[in-house]
This record gives sequence, C-alpha cells and structure tokens, in this order.
Amino acid sequence: MNPAATVARLLALCRKELLIILKDPANRILLVVPIVLQSLVFGYAATYDLKHATYALLDQSHGAASTQLAARLDASGVFERTATLRNEADIAPAIDAQQALAVVHIGPRFDQLLQQGQPAPVQVIVDARNSATANNALAYLAGIVDQFNAQWRRQHGMAGPPVVIDTRAWYNPNLDTRWYMLPALIAALSMIQTLMLTALSVAREREQGTFDQLLVAPYTPTEIMVGKAIPPILVGLAQSAFILLVSVFWFRIPFSGSLAALFAGLLLFTTAIVGVGLSISALSATMQQAMLYAFILIMPLMLLSGLATPVENMPQPMQWFTAVNPLRYGIDLVHRIYLEGSGLAPLWNDTLPLLAISAVTLPLAAWLFRHRLA
Amino acid sequence: MTFGAHGFWRRLAALTKKETRQLLRDRGNLLMGLGLPIVLIVIFGYGMSFDVKNAPVAIVMQDSSPTAREAIAGLSLSPSIAPVIVGTMRDAERLMARGKVDAIVGLPSDFSRNLDLGQAHIQLVLHGTDANRARIIQGYVEAALALRQAKQADRSAQSPPGAMATLEPRLWFNAANTSTWFLVPGLIVLVATLVGSFLTALVMAREWERGTLESLFVTPVRPIEILLAKIIPYFCVGMAGLALCLLAARFLFQVPFYGSLTAVVAISMLYLLVALGLGLVISSITKNQFMASQIALIVSFLPALMLSGFLFDLRNMPAMVEALGHVLPATHYLEMLKSLLLAGDIWPMIYRHSAILLFYVLLLMAAARAKTRKELE
Repeated sequence: MNPAATVARLLALCRKELLIILKDPANRILLVVPIVLQSLVFGYAATYDLKHATYALLDQSHGAASTQLAARLDASGVFERTATLRNEADIAPAIDAQQALAVVHIGPRFDQLLQQGQPAPVQVIVDARNSATANNALAYLAGIVDQFNAQWRRQHGMAGPPVVIDTRAWYNPNLDTRWYMLPALIAALSMIQTLMLTALSVAREREQGTFDQLLVAPYTPTEIMVGKAIPPILVGLAQSAFILLVSVFWFRIPFSGSLAALFAGLLLFTTAIVGVGLSISALSATMQQAMLYAFILIMPLMLLSGLATPVENMPQPMQWFTAVNPLRYGIDLVHRIYLEGSGLAPLWNDTLPLLAISAVTLPLAAWLFRHRLA
Repeated sequence: MTFGAHGFWRRLAALTKKETRQLLRDRGNLLMGLGLPIVLIVIFGYGMSFDVKNAPVAIVMQDSSPTAREAIAGLSLSPSIAPVIVGTMRDAERLMARGKVDAIVGLPSDFSRNLDLGQAHIQLVLHGTDANRARIIQGYVEAALALRQAKQADRSAQSPPGAMATLEPRLWFNAANTSTWFLVPGLIVLVATLVGSFLTALVMAREWERGTLESLFVTPVRPIEILLAKIIPYFCVGMAGLALCLLAARFLFQVPFYGSLTAVVAISMLYLLVALGLGLVISSITKNQFMASQIALIVSFLPALMLSGFLFDLRNMPAMVEALGHVLPATHYLEMLKSLLLAGDIWPMIYRHSAILLFYVLLLMAAARAKTRKELE
C-alpha cells in the first residue's frame, strides 16, 4: 500500500477522534479545569508532614525543668496547646473528644530526678486513630526532647551526648512530602481521564453501531488501533503538561531533569495506558461496561502504585502484582527525572516494562477489534 | 389514575423489580458492587502499608575500630533496616543514586578518636524523594543508634546514665501501631462512595442518554417513584458491599469495633444515602455517561480519597483546604467510623456528624427530585 495514503487515512481517523473528544465545550472544560484544580487542591492536601498538632499538657512537676520543656513545646511552631490538664483523669476525655492529638504528661518527680542526675520519663499519650500522624507527632516530640536535653545539660555543665547524628537528605532537602506528591500526580491524574477516554472510544462506536462501518472501511485493524491511540495520547500528554506547570510555577518545586527526557518517558507511560484502555474498550459491549471495567482497574492501579504508600512496604505477592502496573513505573520515572535529574537511559527498569505493556496491549486491542466474542 | 397510597406502593414495587432485574442483568454492575469491595479489601488489608520493613541502608565504615563497629551494631538488630556494608562513600552514593539503598550511614575515620575526646559524629544521608518514607527510616536509624549508645553508656560506668528526659510513648486506639487499622475505615468510606455515587451516576446517566427515562415519563408513574425505585436496589448492593467490608474488618483484620454495631450500620446507611443522592443529582444534571462518571469521580471519589482525612490528615492542611475537607460528607462519615471502630461510642460527636449527614441526604434528595421532572428538552 501507498505509505502516503496510509498516513492521510490515519490523519483523517485521528482528526475524527479528536473532534469527538474536543467538539463539546463541556468536555473540553472537563479535560482541563479539574486537572488543574485537583493538582492545586491535592498539592496542598496530600501531605504527611505535621504542620499543626494539638496537645494537652499535664505538668505535675511544676519545676524549672518542666516549665522549660513545656515552653519548648509551645515555641516549636508545630504543637499548639489546646488544654492544660489538672490530673490524670482529664487525659482520656481530652483524647476521646479529639481536643488534643497528644497528651504530654510530666510526672511529679521529673525535676527531682533530673536534679539527681537520673533519667526522667515523660509520658506521651497519642491518639493513634491515624497512625501516620501519631508516629510523626512522636518523632517531632522526640526531637524537641533531644533539644531540651542538650540545653539542660549545657546549662548544668554536663557534657553533650557522646554521639551526634548529622542528617541530610538528597533530592528533597527539607523532606517535604509535597515534592513527592506533585510529580506523582503528573502521571496519576492524567492516567485517570486518559484511560477512561480510551476505554470509551471503541465501546461508544460499538454501542452506536458505527464500529461496523469502520471495520468495513479500508482500514486495517492496526491502522484503526493507531488512529484510536494517538488522540488520547495527545490528551494525556497535554494534561501532564498542565500538572507540570502547576508543580513548577505554583508550588515552585524545582525541576532538576530535562523536559525532553520527561516527555519521552511520559509518552511511553501514556502509550501503555492507552493500550490498556483500548483493550478494555475492545472487550466491552457497552459504554457503561467499558467505564465500569476501566474504573475497577483504576482503583488497584492507583492504590498499588506508590502514590499513597510505598511499593517497598508491600508484601512480596503484592509487589509482584505491581510489576504489571504501568502507573508504578510512570510515577517512578517522573520522580527520577523531576527530582533526581536522571536522564532517560538509566531508567531502563521503568521504560522496558512500559514498552512491554504497550507491546502486549496494543496488538491485543487490534486483534480484539475483529475477534471479540460477542 | 390512582394517586392513593395503594397505587404508590404497587407502582413502586413494580419499578423496583424492573430496576433490580436491570441491575442483576449486567455483569459490570455486580462486579462493581461486590467484586470491587473484595479487591479493595485485599489491597487495603494486605497491600497498602506505611510500615517500613527491611529498608536497605548502606553503611560506610571509614573507621574499623571495635568502638566504631560497636556503635553501629544496633542497626543490624532493627527489623526495619537491612544494613549493607559498602567499602567507600562513593560506592554508597552510586547505590543511592540508582535507588538501591534508602539511606547511607557513614562513620568518619576519626570516629573513635573523637568519641574518646568527648563527642563523635555519625553521618546519615537519606534518599529524600519519598519524604515520608525517608523520615520514617530516619527515625528507625536514629533509634537503633541511640539504643546501642544507651547500652554502651550503661556498661561503661565511667559516664553515668546522666540526667535526661526520656519519652515513654503510648499509642491509644491503635496499640499495635499498624496502619491497617487506620486504613480500614477509609476502605469502608471508599466502597460506599464508589457504589453510591459512581455506579448510580453512571446508570442513571445512561437512562437519560438513551432516552429510556422519557419513555417512563409517559407512564402514570411519578418522578419520586422512579427515583425511589432506582435508589432501593443500589442501596441494597451498597449495603452488601459494606457488610463485606465490615466482616473483613472484624474477622480478617481484627479491628476491635469498640463502638456499637448498630451505630456503625446506622451511620453507614445514612452515608450511603448521601452518596446515592449525589449520584442521582450528578446524572440528572449531566445526562451523559462520560461526563457523569468524570464528575462523580471528581466530586465524590477523589475527594473521599484525598481530602477526607483517610490518607492525609486534615490537621496538616492549610486552613482553606481543611475547610473544604470539612464540607465533604465523606469526612464526617470517616470521623465517626474511626471513632466507632477504634475508640468507642462518643455520642456527642456521633450526633453532630450524623446531623450533618442527614442534612446532606435531605438536600440532595430534594435536588434530585427537583431535577427529575416529567419534561422533555
């Protein structure tokens, strides 16, 4: 066949598909505005960093040291005292009613023990209904107590701690979770709509009966597949670009890599997603089915991608499942390029699986166009 | 035409039967209603976790004296850390750049000499991309090093244990400190939201899109009956999904259920009605399957995931976003669930949140009723 004619036919098909997606103004808004709003809102919301924690103080020691420790807590900028308790019976109500995330209980012998040169325990009761927040609060408290100890020992002419740990972090010096989340959203948010759009494309034509017309038109199944794949890939890349803009210009998260590497990586990722979407679409009889299948798939893809909790924390069988999860590779790829400034070549452990997913799903979709069991 | 109570019940029963058949006929619906909760239970119970285990940490010993080796011995005892001895700092940095280790612990060559002089330094370099995980690993490494240090101080009586405040943490409501207990209430909220809003929005939008609702309008049924008949079967599917989740929570994950089960069921029904109402309103506004599903995702599912306080604590968000979170019905349901499952019956709080949910039910049902009129465009 004449290659020029093939290209012309493909362009016609792509144009038609893009028109279907973009001709409705409501659809155009739906593809841009939510993405931008979500990246703004989730950029602020998706943080595990403790910014504001309430605490209640029960100081039974009433000494210079206990007052000094309480002052350190109040001045920390993280802990805000919402109650000052009088006795131990007040502890439970303060936690139960969520008046305080933590109760810091300084026992009656605190000052005395310190004066005698002995360890003085401080009891902390934390509301662990949200275990992540509870552990974060404990870590901050431990830091404040360390500072208190250092100061107290200095004031009383004692040597500092024998070993000091100097900590620094690569790629994210302030350990800000937003730096992790927004680049992850570049892949995750654009995946949702790209997958849904693609899942609808063939199912819509099936439901409306126009797919038969397409099949008898002078297109090979591969050409139909390519024509159906290119428009949603463009939409997905455009959405990623919007989130990237929010991330760099609104949240000012420094972009360390090269744009070419990022978009080459995203192209691989979006192609794999579109392959999955087209296969779903070819398998479904109706739009409703296509959308339900797509959605049922989106859930595990999102939850097991490392977006919410790290892949490394998962038990081994679940980690095996994530081996076929394109979003896992997409998120890793964006992180490595965006934060760590990696090029595309060293990322073969992300790019090869994405290529493999495309190499399976795209031909499968083309084959299913003709061979689907009705 | 009969408008008596008898006619109402007869028509409602007939319509409900039709809707139930329609629901059962499509495999996709059942997959969503019952299959998805099972998938989510497995993912939340066995997949998602904040608990770091066996994080690879490179150790660079530029000082190989017994004192230095003693100092880092605590690291190999921690179940959360898998130490890897690496020859040089450059090798360790290369491993970290390739993502093979999560942190580097470095002991400088003058470590034991400085320790004898009074104070020595240990370097800790973290792979900070996943900030939350990095901070957890930092906590484990520091704890492992401190533990060893305390033991050493105990043994060498030359330096007394010394005056220092020590923390004694107690974790209430989650003594086991596992993230599963805290993720399970979120799972229940997600299932209710998905079945309620997403499935209902999709199904109703399809009826609008294909004009099958219009053919119902020419029959003597009233819009309120159409709506009720839609709600009843999806309510049942939603409750079945929720029952699965509650059973899994109790028997698979041993979540304690300190509060009353009646209260758990009652607030779940209330929230499911909110979700259904939202689905009905979305579909009657958009009347288009793609738009309805996207809007259902954007206004119900994604906020329930990101803004309800299920993954990310609302207390850490800026005031504007936190306020937005508190507007969401999912937040109120989640607050109640977490307390009922992990803390107990805290009635004033349950009454307050339930009243807000009830307000949403009435508001959304009224809106759905107002939007579903017997008229053609």
